[in-house]
Amino acid sequence: MDNKCSCQGCDVADLSSSYELLSGIIAKYKDREGSLIQVLHAAQSVFGYLPFEVQRQIAEGLDMPLSEVSGVVSFYSFFSTQPKGKHTIRVCLGTACYVRGGKKVLERLQELLGIDVGDTTDDRVFTLEVARCIGSCGLAPAMMIDDTVYKQVNPEKLSAILSPYYKDSGKEAEA
Amino acid sequence: MINITINGKKLQVEDGLTIMEAASRNNIFIPSLCYLEGVHKFGSCRICVVEVERAKSLLASCITPAQEGMVVYTNTPRVRKARKILYELMLSDHPKDCLSCTRNQSCELQKLGERIGVSSCRFEGETSPSYVDSTASITRDAAKCILCRRCVTACNEIQGVGAINAQNRGFKTVISPAMELPLADVSCVGCGQCTLVCPVGALKETSSIPEVWDVLNDPTKRKVIQVAPAIRAAIGEEFGYEPGTLVTGKLAAALRAVGFDDVFDTNFTADLTIMEEGTELLGRLKDALTGKGATLPMITSCSPGWIKFSEHFFPGCLDNLSTCKSPHTMLGALAKSYYAKKAGVDPKDMYVVSVMPCTAKKFEIDRPEMANDGMQNVDAVLTTRELASLIKQVGVDFRALPDEPFDNPLGLSSGAADIFGVTGGVMEAALRTVYELITGKELPFDKLHVTPIMGLEQVKEAAITFTETLPEYDFLKGVTLRVAVTSGLKGARKLLEQIAEGKSPYHFIEVMCCPGGCIAGGGQPRPTNDEVRLKRLKAIYREDEGKQLRKSHNNPYITEIYEDFLGVPCGHLSHELLHTTYTKRGKYNELKDK
Repeated sequence: MDNKCSCQGCDVADLSSSYELLSGIIAKYKDREGSLIQVLHAAQSVFGYLPFEVQRQIAEGLDMPLSEVSGVVSFYSFFSTQPKGKHTIRVCLGTACYVRGGKKVLERLQELLGIDVGDTTDDRVFTLEVARCIGSCGLAPAMMIDDTVYKQVNPEKLSAILSPYYKDSGKEAEA
Repeated sequence: MINITINGKKLQVEDGLTIMEAASRNNIFIPSLCYLEGVHKFGSCRICVVEVERAKSLLASCITPAQEGMVVYTNTPRVRKARKILYELMLSDHPKDCLSCTRNQSCELQKLGERIGVSSCRFEGETSPSYVDSTASITRDAAKCILCRRCVTACNEIQGVGAINAQNRGFKTVISPAMELPLADVSCVGCGQCTLVCPVGALKETSSIPEVWDVLNDPTKRKVIQVAPAIRAAIGEEFGYEPGTLVTGKLAAALRAVGFDDVFDTNFTADLTIMEEGTELLGRLKDALTGKGATLPMITSCSPGWIKFSEHFFPGCLDNLSTCKSPHTMLGALAKSYYAKKAGVDPKDMYVVSVMPCTAKKFEIDRPEMANDGMQNVDAVLTTRELASLIKQVGVDFRALPDEPFDNPLGLSSGAADIFGVTGGVMEAALRTVYELITGKELPFDKLHVTPIMGLEQVKEAAITFTETLPEYDFLKGVTLRVAVTSGLKGARKLLEQIAEGKSPYHFIEVMCCPGGCIAGGGQPRPTNDEVRLKRLKAIYREDEGKQLRKSHNNPYITEIYEDFLGVPCGHLSHELLHTTYTKRGKYNELKDK
C-alpha cells in the first residue's frame, strides 16, 4: 500500500498512521452491536472520506459484508467516498438566499470550478456543496468557504473571493 | 389464542401471527408482493396494507402483529385506492417489455396487477436506467428490479454470503454489490438462490439456450446430454405436474425428442463419485490413524456454489475438500474419453450439455481445471427452468411422452445416486458403500436410510462405530466415524469455522450449497419453498427405494468402467480425469492471481 495520501493538501501525511487509528476505532466498537455508523463517522474524520480500502477494513473488522457497509455509506449524504478538497464551499439555497440569486451564484461557481455540486476540483482545492439555510438570511445571498461566511455575494464577486484560497494552496487562480 | 375481526368475521387465531397470517389461515387472502412466507417479512412494498380501526394510517399486514380485539378491513375503498396507487407507482418505474421478458406469465408483479384490478398506469416520468450485469451464472437487470429485497434476504440471511445489498437511497437505490461493483468482482458464489425468490425478471440465470440451439442445428456435432438427480423430481412442475411428481422416463424421452444423440444420467457418475470419494476418505482415514497424518474432516465437493464459497471465505481450508470433481464434470470427462472411443466419435466433435438444478455449475464448467486434452469437460449447462423452456421451444408435448430409459454405458445408476439430489444423500450413499467395504456387511439402518441426517434441518450429525472389520481395514476396528451434513451456506460457515479453529469433531462432512440440497437449487422451478422442498425430497427417496440396485458399488457399469478403462478408484487415470484442484480467491478475488 502506498503510504502517502493521494489527496492534495491533505493533512493526513502518512496513511499508515491513519490505518493504525482505524484499527483502534474498529477494536473499540467491534463487540458492540449496531455501531457501524459510529465507526464510519470516526473513520471519515480520520481519512476525510471513505474509500474502498477503508470500507473493506471496516467490513472485515466488524465481520459484516462489504455490501452492507457500502449500503450504509451510500445511503447517508454525510458520508463521502470521494476525497474532499482542501476547502469546502457551501452555497446557501435556503429560501431567502434562493430568492435573492443564490442559484445564480451556484451556477457561476460550477462554471468557474468546472464541477457539479458534491464534486471536488481536479486539483483538490475546492469541494462544492449546497446548504439549506446557514442562518444568515439577513446577508442573502450568502455562501461559506470553510468557516468563513461571505455576504451578499453576486456572480461577479466570485473570482475575487476564490483567488486567495488558490494562493493559500500554492496555485495560481485559473479564473 | 386471541380474538380478531377481519372484514366483519369474528375469528380466533393463535398468538404471535401477523395480520396477513391470521387472515390467510382463515381463507382471507391479502394481496402482497415483497412478502415471502418463511423467508422475507420486510414490509417494503406496502401492497398488503389494510385498514385497522383506531390506527391512524394504513398498516402493512405482513409485518403488523395481530392483536387482541383488532378490527381489520382488507378491501375498503381507502385500502384499494392505496394499493392501486402503489402498484401504479411501481409500474411507472418498470419496463413495459413484458412480452419479451423471461418472466412473462410467471411474473409476480404481472399477476398482482390482475389480482388488484389495475387497468391503467397513470404515472409517467423518469425511469431507472437499464444496467445489465452478468456472470457465468447470474444475470441481473437493475431496471426491472422493484426493490422488494427478497434477494438481499436470500443472499445475506439464508446463505450468509452478503454479495448484494441495497446501495444509495431514494430513486437512486439499487440492489447491487458493494460500491456497485460487478458481481464477478465480489464473493457471489453463483448459487442462484436470489433468482429463485426474485418476483420479476431482475435476477435470472445467464441463459445458455442460444448456444444449445446452435449445436442442435449443427449436423457435425455429436450431441450428448446428461441430467442431474434432482431434475427428475422437479421439472414436471414446469409442465403442470404437482410438486414431487417423478418424471424420469418422460425426461429421457424429451431429451431424445429435442434432438440429443446420447441421453446420459449424471446419476451414473454420482455412483462413480462414491467409489472415488469413498476411496479417498478411506485413504485419509488410514493415513490419519496409522500416524502418517491427513487432513480431516474431508468435505464433499459436488456442489460448485459451496466450492466457490470456501474459496472466497475459507481459503485456508481448501485441503479439507475432497479432490473429486462434481459428478457432471466427471461424466463430461468420461464422455469425451471412454465413451468417445467406444462410440468411434472424435471428442472434438462432441458437445456435452448438463441439465442441472444449479446456476453455480455454469461457472464451474469454465474453470480451467475442468478440462482435459484442451477440451472443456462440459460445454454448456442448462438449468431445470431453461430445459423446460427449450422443450417448449422445440414443440415437444412433454405430458404425452412415453417413459424411456437413459442410454448406456453412462446411464444406469443405483438408488444411492438418486439421493445425491437431497441434503444428506451424498453422505448416505457414501456410507452405504464405505460401511460395506469396511465390514463386509450392509449398513445397519432400516431401508438403508441414515435417518439422523435426513430432512431439512440446517446441521445434522451421525456417528457409526465399526465394531467388526474385514482384515484389510483393521485400522478402523472400534473406530467411531463422525459425520455431519449441512445444506445452505449459513450452516456450512458454522462447520467451517469449527474446522478453522481446529475444533471440528468430524471425519466426513457433506455440504450442499442450497437449503434442502439440489432439489432446491437456484436453477429449479419457482416457487421453491419448504412445502415444495419436502415434496421433491420425498420423490427422490421414492426413486431410490423403487430400485433393485441401492448401492453404488453394485452398479455393473461402474465395475465395467474400472475393469475396462479406469483401473482402480483414485488410480492414475482417475486422478487425471475425475479429480481437481481449488483456487484461493479471498472475499474480493484478491488472492486469485497471487
